[in-house]
Parts: sequence; structure tokens; C-alpha cells
Amino acid sequence: MENPYVPYPVRIDRIITETEDRNLKTFRFVFLNPEDEAKFAYTPGQFAELSVAGKGEIPIGIASSPTEKGFVSFTVNKVGLVTTYLHNMKEGDVMGIRGPLGNWYPWDEMEGKNVVIVGGGFAFTTLRSSIVYMLEPENRPRFKDITVVYGARTPGMLLYKDELAAWEQRDDIHMHITVDGTDDPDWKYNVGFVPAIAEQKITSADNAIAIVCGPPIMIRFTQPVLEKLGFPPERIILSLEMRMKCGIGMCGRCNIGDKYVCKDGPVFSLAQLKQMPPEY
Amino acid sequence: MTDKVYGKEKWIQGLEGLKNDYKIYVPVKDGDFHAFMPMSEGKAPDFDYDNTRMSPKAVMYPESERLFEYSLDDADPEANILKESPKDFSPRAIVGIRPCDAHGFQIVNRNFDNPEYRDPWWVRRFGSTTLVGLGCNRPCSTCFCTAVGGGPFHEEWLDALMVDLGDRYLVKGLTDKGEGFLAKMTGGTPADEGAYKEAEALAEEASQKIVSSPPTDRLKDQKTTDLFNAPFWEEVAFGCLNCGTCTYLCPTCWCFDIQDEVFGKQGDRIRNWDSCMFPLFTLHGSGHNPRDQKFQRVRQRFMHKLKYYVDKYENGVQCSGCGRCVRYCPVNIDIRDICERMNNFESA
Repeated sequence: MENPYVPYPVRIDRIITETEDRNLKTFRFVFLNPEDEAKFAYTPGQFAELSVAGKGEIPIGIASSPTEKGFVSFTVNKVGLVTTYLHNMKEGDVMGIRGPLGNWYPWDEMEGKNVVIVGGGFAFTTLRSSIVYMLEPENRPRFKDITVVYGARTPGMLLYKDELAAWEQRDDIHMHITVDGTDDPDWKYNVGFVPAIAEQKITSADNAIAIVCGPPIMIRFTQPVLEKLGFPPERIILSLEMRMKCGIGMCGRCNIGDKYVCKDGPVFSLAQLKQMPPEY
Repeated sequence: MTDKVYGKEKWIQGLEGLKNDYKIYVPVKDGDFHAFMPMSEGKAPDFDYDNTRMSPKAVMYPESERLFEYSLDDADPEANILKESPKDFSPRAIVGIRPCDAHGFQIVNRNFDNPEYRDPWWVRRFGSTTLVGLGCNRPCSTCFCTAVGGGPFHEEWLDALMVDLGDRYLVKGLTDKGEGFLAKMTGGTPADEGAYKEAEALAEEASQKIVSSPPTDRLKDQKTTDLFNAPFWEEVAFGCLNCGTCTYLCPTCWCFDIQDEVFGKQGDRIRNWDSCMFPLFTLHGSGHNPRDQKFQRVRQRFMHKLKYYVDKYENGVQCSGCGRCVRYCPVNIDIRDICERMNNFESA
């Protein structure tokens, strides 16, 4: 019997400090047993439990794309016991990852549609995975226009800055990067909150599906913008966070009504959420 | 059929004879209460009991259990790699379990053994445990098994059933597992017509003693969000101390926590029972807590048992009617009242 609690052993291959406050780092892992990589076959939108012996496990969205081979990466915000310890670990250290867990963005449904991505702050991780996945040459024709609105508090708080700059140069993706505010005279992108920029830049809901990931306040103000544009709740997709332990729907804490965020989510449509108790 | 009648002493002698085949758990008197303990620990079984204070849940699903162990010694080439802790999955039997508690195992099994994931520890223990029930001749005032699909002599979830006929037990084999257990027992005489008749009369008498029957028929049709927003939750929760006794004693509560513990250069990953009554249960790393208020946690407990579970599994409520939470709640919160309010709720 397969034991779903056993993490795959991994080695930290690379650590990148993403933000100016040094609270967000991207960890790139390589599987100690190369055959585990195939077993860890994932789809953008899924998460995994990062397992640190002696400290515990944390549920984190997968930031790499399945089109990137040889590693899997996660961007981790330093907030608690495990994340603080992890931030002090070094390249070469051994830990574990358990997964992939949860559902994913509705890729079948997104095929042939315009894709609108709205992200805020450090919730951009599985959105990064999704963008890299869609931009892969063999996948790009499956989707129509790709529009991305991504914001952070300041330029220094944006994740994946090099990639953002590279995507800005491409003509097969419409990037709208924004910050809440900045005194940097060289800042060449937008200034304004994500919902306001979304309202300016997203022009149509026709044949479009929106994926929204960010802090609750951003989601709260983005939702009416999308609804005003004509996105029905079935085509507004959100990814939720919740305290988790098992990640497989057994430990009981991450439920919203009769759904477990770990197993039935973390991706839900707004239409689904409207049927569920507002307890998240 | 291996149904037999055993004199009470002979039955206990027979159980003692099975010590090499099974680890046998029996109810024993422990202070003011009863508890399930292994027979090998020297205390005499006491089958003349109402029910144990703690449910026998821990026999299959311990309060605290080591899942993995690992070395944190950098000199160890296997350092930081988790290894499954060895466990004993040899045959066990719980003898004298009440039908309601057997129902509890069945309910918990739906959580731990489902088409997507199987909890390996639960599945193996559940599979290797034989449940030899004991019919309830004298149900308590807090019992309501008959309202939730069971009964004081209900056989469905048991492998064998004992009926206390005063000076002897009628013991019926109900499954292959149960028959296998009884086949190894020494003593006993084939069950006679009279024994069955006596048992039937006792069963009839017992079910008449169960007077509370909270209705559950409308729970499925209630709208989740209506019940969630019902006006009575603050009132229901008013007296609650969030002590967690209800969830700890409950044979159907399955929630757990996973923690790492370190002893020098050796570490363990441990699973512990947890409780939705505690605010830490849902506290996010960010500080956000979707159930930071007491009434939200109380609502979660009842909504889970009486609505979410009902919708998810379409197999009744997540309650076996054992009445422990009613009996031991320090502020007298009564699931039967709340079930009735939820069931009969009319949204405005």
C-alpha cells in the first residue's frame, strides 16, 4: 500500500532571495532518487508539503512548471517555525517534499480561451508556474490572448523580476506590472492597486477565463471589477490558502463546508465558493 | 454457524486461551470508570458495564503515534531522511465493544480509507482487528443509537455479538473474521432455541429503553449556507468552554495534528489527535484564522457531524449515538437538541 505521508527526499539545489525585505526566497529542489521526479508529476496550480526533519511540514504552491525538468521549485514567505528554519537552510541540505497535492487550474476548460491572470504579492507562485507552462512553445497555441496583471507593494517586493522583464519583451503575452507606490524615478511600469489596474487593462470577458490569486483584500476588490467586465462566476477561478497538516483530506482542519481545501481545492471557481460557507 | 453459549467463567477462560492468537482488549474497571485495556495487563475483564468513558477509538487510532523517525546527525549518510516507524499489525480483538462504538469505527473508516487515499496505519489496524460486540441490556438515558441507524443489539458493524443472558453468554458469529475468532475459542455449547428467545426479548426490552430520538430526516435537504447562517449558533455556543472533551471522547471524531519532536540527534514525526474546538486548529501562518471565534468552532463541530458529513458520504450522520459528549460535557451541551434544531430549521 502506497503511504501518502512519506516525503520524497530532495536536496536544496539553489536558493534565490526574491524580495528586498529578504522574506521571500525561492528554493529549487532536486530529487535524491532521480526516479522520484517522474512520480512527482504535477500540474500548475497544485501544491506540496515541504518537509523539514525536526521541524515539520508546510503546504506551499508549486512555483516551477512541469515543462521545467530536473527540479521543482517553491517560493516561501518567512512567517512561522518551519519557514523560518527553511530560510536559514543552505544549498546542499537534504529535506523532503510530499505531493503533488490538490487540484489545479482548469486547463481543459482554459484551452481555446483568452486567459486573464490577476496576481498580487507573494501569491504569484502558482501563477508563475502557469505562465511558464502556457508560454512553452508546444502549449502556447492551445491558449488565445494571455493577459497578466501582477502587483506588489513596491518594485523590490515583486517576485521573479528577471522573468517579468523578459515577459514584458514578448508579444505573445500582455504584461501589466504594477506597484502600490514607489519613489523610484526609473520605474517604468504602472503605479496603482491591482484591482484599479485590472479595471484599466482588462478590456473584455469574451471567451475569457480569469485566474485570481492574491491577498484577501485584493481578491475582494478584484472580484467586482471582473464581474462588471462580464466574467460569470464560473469563469473566475481562485486559489485558496488554509492551515493544513496531512494534505490528503484526512486531518480535518482545512475544510470549508464539506470541501477540503487540500483535496477538493485549493482551486475553486467563484461559482463554487458562492455555494460554500464563507469561512476562509 | 458457530453460535454458542458459554458460561461466564468459561467465556473468560476461553479468551485467555486466545492470548497467543490475538491481542485482546476488554473493558476493565479503572477507578470510577471503565476503559478498554489489553487482557494481558492483569486486570480482570468486567463485561457488566454501561460503556467505557473513552471510546475504544485509540485501539485502532492511538491518541499519539510515531509515524516516522529520522537521524539529525550530519555524520549519518541517511540524516534528515524519514523512515517509517515499525508497528505491530498482528491480529487484535476488541471484546465487549458496544454496537455504537463499532459503528464509530465504520464512520471513521470512511475518512481514512477512501478511493483517493488510504491511511496505511489505520487501514492495516482496521483490517487486523476483530470486533466482538456486547449487546446493551441497559442503555443509558443519554443513548440514542436507534436514531442514527444503530441499536443496542445492532449487528451490522460487528464480527461477533455477545448477549448477556444473566449467567451465560450467547455468542453469535457474524462475519468470517468473527467465526474465525470463535472457532479458536474453547468451551461453549451449541446455541439452543431458548438462548435465542431470551436474547430477542432482551433486545426488544433494550430498544424500548432508548427514549431520545433526535430527528435527522431533513438534514440532507437543508441548504448548507442556511444552516451555517442559522441564528442559533451564538446561543448554542454560549456556555461552551472549548475544552475539547466532546471531540476527545467521541468515537467518530478523527481529526489529527502532525508534529515533529527532537530528542538530541534523533527525531520523530508524530500524529496526535486534534480538536476543532481549539483555535490553533485553523490558525494560518499569517495570523489569519477562519475560525477564531468560539461559536465558529462549535458550529464547525456540529455542521461537520450533522451536515457536511451527511452531504459528503450520503450515509447518515457522523455520530453513533453513544451519548458520551452529552454525558461528559461540563456545560451540558446536548448534540440531540442541536441535531433537532438543525433538522427542523426553517430559513427565514
